[in-house]
Amino acid sequence: MTSTAKTLDVSVWRSNDTGGAFQAFAVPIQESQTILDVVAWIQQNEDPTLAYRFACRVGMCGSCAMMVNGKPRWTCRTHVQKVISGNKIEIAPLRNLPVIKDLATDMDPFFDKWVKAEGVFHPSKTRDDAIEQIDPTSHERTEADIGIECINCSICYAACDAVSTTEDYLGPAALNRAWTLFNDAKDSGKQTILDAVSANGGCHSCHSMGSCAEACPNELNPMASIAGLKRETAKAFFARRKS
Amino acid sequence: MTDLWLYMAQRISALVMAPLVLGHIAVMIYAIQGGLSAGEILGRTQGSFGWALFYGTFVVAVSIHAAIGLRTIAFEVLGLKGSALTVFAWVVFLVLFVMGAQAVYAVTAT
Ligand code: SF4
Ligand code: SF4
Ligand code: FES
Repeated sequence: MTSTAKTLDVSVWRSNDTGGAFQAFAVPIQESQTILDVVAWIQQNEDPTLAYRFACRVGMCGSCAMMVNGKPRWTCRTHVQKVISGNKIEIAPLRNLPVIKDLATDMDPFFDKWVKAEGVFHPSKTRDDAIEQIDPTSHERTEADIGIECINCSICYAACDAVSTTEDYLGPAALNRAWTLFNDAKDSGKQTILDAVSANGGCHSCHSMGSCAEACPNELNPMASIAGLKRETAKAFFARRKS
Repeated sequence: MTDLWLYMAQRISALVMAPLVLGHIAVMIYAIQGGLSAGEILGRTQGSFGWALFYGTFVVAVSIHAAIGLRTIAFEVLGLKGSALTVFAWVVFLVLFVMGAQAVYAVTAT
């Protein structure tokens, strides 16, 4: 909705010794202003101690995600006018992650879980082998292609209620990554991946409610990737019992 | 028990239950429309191995399915963990199983 006021009422989360509280700022409205512009304006004009994180400003690096009016968003690509409610904007650090200071979260747990989900490449060849030919139209490659556009922003992780309730749940992004590698003809760790995502806190902790898919700024669907992993782990469950 | 085992047990018990639920509903409609009395129903179920198997399987599947489902809710909503969670799931399973088995016995034993 479009507002006629000259300034925005912005509440920004500030950490302090006891946890934190929202602090109010009046920020001049500008044309095509993004949430990241708002945060930067406050830091440059009102309070240089405000901590936040960004790098590319064009939706590539995945470092600027914050909660905006209660929803996780990439702030560099989120226009104020699209998310404003009344004349108010509430900006808070990303959900489901520890806060370092103000709007900057500690993303270590998020990335540690990528490794735990075996979201790392398992090479199958050496430099002496011929390069493997990949058919870009194969089923596996198309499955993988859908998932590889992830920018590691942790927005899906912040949107996921299973992450909030199940401490060791690997989360949508890590499992999406595991699924792309599972479908990668050049990855030799298929069983390693299935074992990792079948452990407690793996893909079976997902309730398939799709908050991740709704929130992902790159329109990825981690829920569908997780459904793929559930199918493959179920198949492997029976195959192992037969052999 | 790992999450994978619980996941598989819950899916398989659901698969088992699906046709049994339909069968159960069909039997209910048939019994009501035909105006069967309790005595007439007991006359057919008592000593029937088929009905004992049908509802016996149902009871086992329901007990497994519900125990795993409630276990997840107890973990996520009430924060139960570790052995408390395991005990909770087994208690749910046993209560449902014993009550169900008792009912099946009551209508099929001669
Ligand atoms: S679908 Fe699964 S991973 Fe996605 S938000 Fe829901 S519980 Fe989390
Ligand atoms: S799947 Fe989407 S929301 Fe999740 S980390 Fe990747 S780009 Fe971000
Ligand atoms: S600053 Fe890089 S994605 Fe927003």
